[in-house]
Amino acid sequence: MSRWNEEFFIEKGLLLTAVSSIIIITLIIVFIFKEGLPAIQSYGFINFIFGMDWAPSSGQYGVFPMIIGSLGITALSLLMAVPLGILCAIFLAEVAPARMRKILNPTIQTLAGIPSVVYGFFGLILLVPFMRIHFGGTGFSMFTASIILTIMILPIIVSVSEDAIRSIPQEYKEASLALGATHWQTIKNVIFPAAIPGVITSVILGMGRAIGETLAIIMVAGNVVQIPGSIMDPVRALTSNIAIEMGYATGIHYNALFATGIVLIFMIIILLVLANYLHYKKKVTVGGGYL
Amino acid sequence: MGDCRLHRIIPPKIAQKIMDVIFWASGIITLLILLMVIGYVFYKGLPVINLEFLFTDPMDSGKAGGIFPMIVSSLYVTFIAVLVSAPIGVGAALYLAEYAGENRTVRLIRFGAETLSSIPSIIFGLFGLAFFVIYLRMGWSVLSGGLTLALMALPTILAASEVSIESINKSYAQGSLALGATKWQTVSKVVIPAALPGITTGIILGMARAIAEAAAILYTVGAALITPISLLDPARPLPLHLYILATEGISLDNAWGTAAVLVILILIITVTTNTLVDRYRKQMMGR
Repeated sequence: MSRWNEEFFIEKGLLLTAVSSIIIITLIIVFIFKEGLPAIQSYGFINFIFGMDWAPSSGQYGVFPMIIGSLGITALSLLMAVPLGILCAIFLAEVAPARMRKILNPTIQTLAGIPSVVYGFFGLILLVPFMRIHFGGTGFSMFTASIILTIMILPIIVSVSEDAIRSIPQEYKEASLALGATHWQTIKNVIFPAAIPGVITSVILGMGRAIGETLAIIMVAGNVVQIPGSIMDPVRALTSNIAIEMGYATGIHYNALFATGIVLIFMIIILLVLANYLHYKKKVTVGGGYL
Repeated sequence: MGDCRLHRIIPPKIAQKIMDVIFWASGIITLLILLMVIGYVFYKGLPVINLEFLFTDPMDSGKAGGIFPMIVSSLYVTFIAVLVSAPIGVGAALYLAEYAGENRTVRLIRFGAETLSSIPSIIFGLFGLAFFVIYLRMGWSVLSGGLTLALMALPTILAASEVSIESINKSYAQGSLALGATKWQTVSKVVIPAALPGITTGIILGMARAIAEAAAILYTVGAALITPISLLDPARPLPLHLYILATEGISLDNAWGTAAVLVILILIITVTTNTLVDRYRKQMMGR
């Protein structure tokens, strides 16, 4: 084989590996839709999305309470994880002495890698009884789930935000300090605004993980299909619905679980589009803080 | 700024002190929360771990006995996942970083990888069930589970490899090309060796993602308590074992032991990657 031919085939081979992610994503969408659409067709799109009852034994397939469950758990955990995570990121990038950083960074890295079932188990054994004693009820609730999720998404928010803050050019900071601003004024008015695109990325990554988390939530959320009246009520997330019932689902029930997957995919796509849009916008308006 | 009224009341020097306290507090709170999780898992799990626990079969559906088949299952599915995803991920990264310009195909490829990395693991599980288990008739097996995990590990490996390939000094490749080497000679003899630590790190990260995953294999790998031998044997990797022990209330002790083994595995992976990255960084600085 001539050298030119070899070069040609290698380039095309590499192109093929590169295209594989498009092929995979297409296959995933085709198969989830192929299995899920029959349920949506036979039960009706509106009934499926906005139906309040999920009772496969009597042919009821409404996922609305689970959409609320997923969004509720996610929103609540972001409410806790975002402020703490951002403060911790600023601490690591700007305030902490090198020795503190040396302890915190590997810890956070390790925690980002710990399996979600370990967090779920931790919540099941420690947090659920704690909530039961102090707040009444069964202890399984939307709040309990969001605390566990908070712990799970903290490492992502901290590490990605920290990278964003660190990537701000040193000159910005020096200029601000040279003008007589205090360190906090510099952080508030110069460093943080410039790092916002990266910080938003970290929040969206955290949100994606929260919406997609499955087994840890099953272990602590109670999994009752209902629209929660308070954050202390048990809820079921979309992901949990699939994992709990797939083991014994047949016929249209099986299809309805794939249809639940379709709803999840759409939520993630909306998130991705939003992320790209925000990122782009902020890049234009703030400038300098490119990730 | 929304806080300018506050600003007028609190002098900058005092505001600085207050914020310092808040930053320290949030750093310490985060550290404490995170250490509490690791600490508690070790406190409960380490006493359970001994050679017998690691190297014997479970008895009485996991109530007693060890976790040997689960360790083998975890290593087996992770090995399949990396074996499949590493060549594809690294190949794709090489293409994106070295061959492709900026065009629509490339943007589409990047969008595909980005989407793939944000798809929830349970969706991978559903796909694995519909595609590998049922459509390709692989059944509940280490092969189905491993391939499902390969899809999940792919974007991780791709992204990390691409970053490391792109960070290589462009003059290396230019020097090689100027000496008359072909593109592939340059890529295989200059670019890949220089990017190897970064690529290895990417592969290890993909491995970490595969070894920690449970939702994606819940309906693809089966849950058998036996040690898998053939590719088509069902298996029960560690995270899945932990999930089943915990939710079915089979044995809390063994669940803690399994959790501790998982955390130790992740610790080993983190330390290895950090050492690699450190060495890589020193090497780059030395030049």
